[in-house]
Amino acid sequence: MTDTGSLLQIRDLGVEFDVDGARHVGVKSVSLDIARGEVVAIVGESGSGKTVTAMSILGLLPKNATVSGSVRFDGRELCGLSERELRGVRGRAVGMVFQDPVAALDPVFTIGFQIGEVVRLAEPRLSGREVRRRSAELLSLVGIEEPAERLGDYPHQFSGGQCQRIAIAMVLAESPALIVADEPTTALDVTVQAEVLDVLRQVKARLDSAIMLITHNMGVVADLADRVVVMRSGEVVEINDCIKLFESPSAPYTADLLAAVPRITAAPREVGESGETQAAASDAAVLDVRGLAVEYRRRPGGRVRAVDGVDLKVERGQIVGLVGESGSGKTTIGRAIIGLAPIAEGQVNVAGRDVAALRRAERQAMRRTVGVVFQNPATSLNPRYSVAETITEPLRRLGGMSRADAAERADDLLASVGLDARWRDRYPHELSGGQRQRVAIARAVALDPALLIADEPTSALDVSVQARVLDVLRDLQERLGFACLFISHDLAVVDSVADYVAVMHHGRIVEQGDRATVLGSPRQDYTRRLVASAPIPDPVAQRARRETWLSLT
Amino acid sequence: MGAGLGLALRIGRRVGTLAIVFLGVTFIIYIAVYALPGDPIRALAGDRPLDESIVEALRVKYNLDLPIWQQYLAYLGGLFHGDLGSDFTGRSVGSLMASRWPVTIALALTAWVMEVLVGLSIGIVQALKKGTALDHGLLALTVLASCVPVFVLGVLLQQLFGVRLGWLPVAGVRDGWPASYLLPAMVIALFGLSAVSRLMRGAMVDNLSADYVRAGRAKGFGQGRIVGVHVLRNSLIPASTYLATDLGYLLGGTVVIEGIFNLPGVGNLLFDAIRTHEGPTVVGVSTALILVFLVTSVLVDVIHVGLDPRLRRA
Repeated sequence: MTDTGSLLQIRDLGVEFDVDGARHVGVKSVSLDIARGEVVAIVGESGSGKTVTAMSILGLLPKNATVSGSVRFDGRELCGLSERELRGVRGRAVGMVFQDPVAALDPVFTIGFQIGEVVRLAEPRLSGREVRRRSAELLSLVGIEEPAERLGDYPHQFSGGQCQRIAIAMVLAESPALIVADEPTTALDVTVQAEVLDVLRQVKARLDSAIMLITHNMGVVADLADRVVVMRSGEVVEINDCIKLFESPSAPYTADLLAAVPRITAAPREVGESGETQAAASDAAVLDVRGLAVEYRRRPGGRVRAVDGVDLKVERGQIVGLVGESGSGKTTIGRAIIGLAPIAEGQVNVAGRDVAALRRAERQAMRRTVGVVFQNPATSLNPRYSVAETITEPLRRLGGMSRADAAERADDLLASVGLDARWRDRYPHELSGGQRQRVAIARAVALDPALLIADEPTSALDVSVQARVLDVLRDLQERLGFACLFISHDLAVVDSVADYVAVMHHGRIVEQGDRATVLGSPRQDYTRRLVASAPIPDPVAQRARRETWLSLT
Repeated sequence: MGAGLGLALRIGRRVGTLAIVFLGVTFIIYIAVYALPGDPIRALAGDRPLDESIVEALRVKYNLDLPIWQQYLAYLGGLFHGDLGSDFTGRSVGSLMASRWPVTIALALTAWVMEVLVGLSIGIVQALKKGTALDHGLLALTVLASCVPVFVLGVLLQQLFGVRLGWLPVAGVRDGWPASYLLPAMVIALFGLSAVSRLMRGAMVDNLSADYVRAGRAKGFGQGRIVGVHVLRNSLIPASTYLATDLGYLLGGTVVIEGIFNLPGVGNLLFDAIRTHEGPTVVGVSTALILVFLVTSVLVDVIHVGLDPRLRRA
């Protein structure tokens, strides 16, 4: 009677959370199957219930959760098992890889100790020496170099990508038939993401295990999945074959979701736009960075050059995308422009004035001409300020406006970022992530700045929300005509907003130029690798790209 | 190797700062004690008139004829040779303290071990039973214990265990360790429980919801391994800072308890010295206490680095 092909069978799963007496639905009537050796992606935006579904398999939900329905693994019912019985399933039958690889490892024990723990769990009779040998073998399988030596190192001595490899090595130790990977590459840079996805693919081939891949990244789905489950507000809206899903999604929501995903097309835009940029180019640059070097002091007397020899120009009405991976120095450039990073060499001219040479009072005045939008609106907005207070503060303090004028202008600004004036008395915690970021944008453009620095403004947002926030930004820029330095790690986002692109690597700009040229036919190896490693939401094309990427590494 | 070098550098830098702190604090104490009104030499003689030549000789003997900074330098010079000076009756401050230290150390360590064992256990239980009646009850009890002034608590315990039940001696050190030390140590430990348990509870609660705990459960680890090995060591990091600093306090600051329980410790000696204007003794004991305190602060660092590998970098 049981379907022999099905390894995991979820039927009518429901999870409710009890929060201070009120019941919140996490997921309802979710049914899905995963066959042996199959990769099934569960996609959806935050709050869609994809992680809750995954956690309920292993009984890892918080204590206030009530689970109904059935989860059968290899014919055995997992729902309602005791903690003791579940321990036999966890790791051994179903392994798990988490989103934040550094936090998922205990910071105070060596990697060797932590892998050893899992190895002993899988093979209790091994001697100490055999455990070490097996641990080193596992590390080498996931591509950690000098595995035996590195067993004595602690998690903080590894990069994020290496930590995720180590987490995968620990899963390997127990060779489970199913691996649940919860956003395994979300916290990683694109080039590292490509490597970790490759490791996952190899592990799958070695163990012939099935993978449940939870992600919001359609590119990752296209890269790895055989089948896709699309979730929204706790319910499954579509289950489809991966190729079919991207070709012709059956649910309208899936179509919307796919449409919202930015893609690197590197195609030239409509004629009108480029003509405008041509005209703007004759103006003097609003931001003119020449030979910029930024140095930070390190404790024992040393210095670290975070940025070196950077030349960069942003003209009026232009959006320049500054791309690079974490640690490449792109954020440091943004900080140097607003006077928050120590400039060791070079000039940073904003609207014709050198930032480095400014005195304290002048710097204050300069802040009026530069607006900044940060990555995380949850922390860049003061939680004790209402929306209106947030926006009127710069108007009154730096702009010298009267209370009434500032309030009126604030309402206009809210309207211009697509928020109704009735939001004015709300506080940040009452807003969604996208609404918060719009408020932050309204605040940044409040004083009609000549330059807007947007540092990863949409990285903390869901794709559909990201699309709307990018629209707001583009729309404002068209109307106000400010110069914009758009800092991002996401090539597709940069491709969709920028006119001009600069690529950073190890504190230097390795390539810059017209967007279509840099992203479409990059000249530098690093840029090529970067472009090739970003997975695109098209399973067929992604397969070809993966080959390109493998040939480049 | 890099880690060892980093540690050496860290300790070296630490010792450097400590030397500065040591000089500054001893100087302040020295000035404070000797700048006090009243002539210690005349106070020594009481009501009897003292011959001017004897006064002069005594002044020279105790360097009191020199300007205060020279007095201080002379004192420092003595310190480097292990000489803490002598009091106005001619007894060396060093030997005065020597007989007192064992009492204070025994008391401090007994109290500290009680505080560690009971305080950490309460914190751990509270964290594991977070939000339950047990958690709230333990919180109330520990707060209550630390709110009652130590002299009230001391007298209460003397009454109960010493007089009523007769299990332990009321005061004095005649019964030696542990009997004579249990009651006073208990009073000190009760006072410190709330801070220790609350720190431990907070750290445990944070760590229990950390990603690595969830990851550990997903690997199939039992509660014992997760809590006993991983959460415990991570949670000890904040608690260890407080506990080590507290040991420093206990080694120097139990004057009231030593008084109530009539224990001839260093605290008692300091108290008597202040009362009888024995300047050299006050300075000597204070200096020794500062040293103890500075040493425990280095200890805090070493323990910290031992527990948390993230701190082991150059």
